[in-house]
Amino acid sequence: MTGEQIIFLITAGYTLGSGLMVVTTRNLVHAALWLVATLFGVAVTYALLNANFIAVVQIVVYIGAIAILFIFAVMLTRKDLRDNTPQMNKNWWVGALLAVLTFAGFAFLLQGWSGFSKTAAAIPSEFDAVGALGEALVSPNAYVLPFEVASVLLLAALVGAVYLAFNKK
Amino acid sequence: MNEWLYVALFLIVGLIIPIGAITAGFIFGPKKPNPIKESTYECGIEPVGEAWVQFKAQYYIFALVFLVFDVEAVLLFPWAVKLGQLGLYVVIEGIIFVSILIVGLVYTWRKGMLEWV
Amino acid sequence: MNFWNDPLKVAADWLEGIFAGWGMDAVLAHVLVAFLGVFLLIIILMVLDIFLVWVERKVVARFQDRLGPNRVGPFGLIQPFADIIKLMIKEDTTPGGADKVVYNLAPILSMASVLILWAVVPLAPVMLGVDLNVGVLFLIAAGAIGTLSIIMAGWSSNNKFATIGGFRQVAVMVSFEIPMLAMLMIPVIFSGSMNMNTIIESQNVWYFLISPLGALIFLIAAIAELGRAPFDLAEGESELVAGFNIEYSGMKFGMFFAGELLHAFTFGGFWAILFFGGYRFFGLEQVSPFLAVLILVIKAMVGYWVIMWVRYTVMRIRIDQMLAFNWKFLTPLAFVLVLVTALADALLASAPTWLYVSGMFLANVLTGWAALEIARSATHKEREQLEGAKQPAEVSH
Repeated sequence: MTGEQIIFLITAGYTLGSGLMVVTTRNLVHAALWLVATLFGVAVTYALLNANFIAVVQIVVYIGAIAILFIFAVMLTRKDLRDNTPQMNKNWWVGALLAVLTFAGFAFLLQGWSGFSKTAAAIPSEFDAVGALGEALVSPNAYVLPFEVASVLLLAALVGAVYLAFNKK
Repeated sequence: MNEWLYVALFLIVGLIIPIGAITAGFIFGPKKPNPIKESTYECGIEPVGEAWVQFKAQYYIFALVFLVFDVEAVLLFPWAVKLGQLGLYVVIEGIIFVSILIVGLVYTWRKGMLEWV
Repeated sequence: MNFWNDPLKVAADWLEGIFAGWGMDAVLAHVLVAFLGVFLLIIILMVLDIFLVWVERKVVARFQDRLGPNRVGPFGLIQPFADIIKLMIKEDTTPGGADKVVYNLAPILSMASVLILWAVVPLAPVMLGVDLNVGVLFLIAAGAIGTLSIIMAGWSSNNKFATIGGFRQVAVMVSFEIPMLAMLMIPVIFSGSMNMNTIIESQNVWYFLISPLGALIFLIAAIAELGRAPFDLAEGESELVAGFNIEYSGMKFGMFFAGELLHAFTFGGFWAILFFGGYRFFGLEQVSPFLAVLILVIKAMVGYWVIMWVRYTVMRIRIDQMLAFNWKFLTPLAFVLVLVTALADALLASAPTWLYVSGMFLANVLTGWAALEIARSATHKEREQLEGAKQPAEVSH
C-alpha cells in the first residue's frame, strides 16, 4: 500500500464519518459544522487527485459560501424547530432500501473494473492544468456555450432568490 | 511529490502552534470558576433570554447574492488565465458573461433587495 | 552550492544527509525536513507577531499624538512580552451554556487560517514556499476558514453581543470577498498565471503602475476582510462591546488578537506581492536571498502601515452604509474594471511597454473617474428626492 492510498483511506473514512454526523446530530448548527468537515474532506480528495483548481474552488464556494448560507438559514429558524423534530419519518425504510440498492448496483457495476489496482500516470510537471481548463472554457469548439449558459443559470438563481425573498416580505 | 503535502504540513503546524499556546495558558492560568463568573456578559446586568435571537432575513439575502457572485468570479478565473494568449474574442465572451450577471445585480437592486431595512 | 545563495536547499540537504546517516527512509527524511522548515518559518512568524503588537501600539500612539509603550525596555520593546505573560497567566473562563468544543476550536482555526496563508508566499527567488498553480485562489480559500471561525466563535459563546458581532463580521467578510476575488483577477490577467511566483516574476513594471485602481480596491477589500476600521462594525465598542470575541479571555483571546495583527501584516505582504513586485527591487533580490526576504518584509510593513493609517484616520461606518458601498459601488466597479483591463490588455497587447503602461494607467484613471461621477450624480439625485419629500411634510406639520 502506497502512502497516497493510506492518505486516501483516512480521508475517505473522515469524509464518510463526518457525513454521518451531519444527519445524526440533533443540533442544527453542529450539523452545519459537520457538513463543513465533510466538504473539507471532499476538497482533500480533489487535492489528492491533483485537481488543484477544483480543490480550491470546493473550499471557496462550498465552505466559504454555501456553508455560511446554511448557518445563516439555521440561525433564522425558531427554537421549537431545533429541538423536538423527529429525525426519521415513516418512509425511512424506503430510503434505506434505495441506499442499499444503489450501493449494490455500484458494487455490481464496478466489480469487473480493472482500475482499482492501477496507479494513475503522473502528470508531467510542465502541464498547465488551469490554463488547459481556461482554454477549454473559452474556445469556440469546446465549452464556450456551457460557459455562457452558466451565467444565465446564475442569473436565474439570483432572480429566483430575489423573488422568494420578495414574496416572504 | 504532491505540493499539497506541504500545504498539509502548514495546516498541521498552524494547528499545533495555537493549540500549544492555549494549552500553555490553560496550564499557567488559575482556575476558580463560579456561577457569576461563568454568566455571559451583558453590560453587568443579568442576561435576559437566550442568545439565539432571531436574525434579520436580510443576512440570508445578502448571503444568497454573495453566493451567485462568488461562483461567477470563480468561473472567471480560468478565463483570466488564458486571456493574454487568446485575443479579443475571449474578452468579448467575458464581457457577455459578466453583463448577464450585472443585469441580475441591477434587478436585485431595483427590487430593493440590497437595502438594509 | 553556497549557503548564502541558497540557504534553504543547503540546510535541507545537510539535514537530510544526517537523517539518512541514521538509516532513515529518504522520503520520510524529506518530509521530516520539510516539517522542520515549516515549523521554523511559523515560529519566526509568531515572534514577528509579538513585535507587531509593539509596532501597532507605537504607530497608533503616534497617530493619536501620544508616546505609546515606552517604560518596559528600550522604546518599550519588552512590552509585548509582558502582554504575553499577562495573557498566559490570566484565568481562562468559559461562559456557562457555551458550546465547549466549538468555543475552543474557534480561536485555533482563526490563527491557523492566517498561518496557512504563508504556505503560498514566495519569500525569495529560491524560497518559493509551496509552488501552487492556484495560489491566488488559495488566499480566498484560507479566508473562508477564517470566516467560519468567526461564526463559530460568535455562535458558541452563548452571548447576544457575540452572536450579533459574529454575524455582522461574516456579512462584511463575505460581501467584500467579491471585489477581492475580482481584483485578484487583475494580476492574473497581466501575468497569465495564478501562481504567486509567476505573478512576481512577470512584474517588470509594478502592477500598481498598470492598475492603480485595482490596487486600491484590493486594499479596501483587504481592510474589510480584516474587519478593521472603517469596517470594524462587528466590534462596535459602543453598541456590541467587543463583538464575536467578547467572551474570550486569556490565551484564547490572544489568539484572535495576534491572528488579526498577523493577518493585517500578511495582507500587507499580499498587497506587495500582487501589486508591488514582492521580493523584487531593481535586481537587488538576485544579490542574496536574505536581501530578497528583507525587501519583501519592508514592503509588507509599508502595506501594513497603510492599513494602520486608514484604521486610525477613518471613522467606523454603519452596516447599511457598508453593504450599500460594497454592493452598489465597489462590486459593479470591480467587475467593470476587470472587463476594462481585459479589453485594454487585448487592444494594447502588441504595443511597446511605455504605451502599454500609460494606456493601462489612463484606462484605470478614466474608469475610476467615471465611477465617481456616476456615484456623485446618483447621490445628488437621491438627496434632492429626500429633501424634496421632506419639504411638504414640514409644511403640513
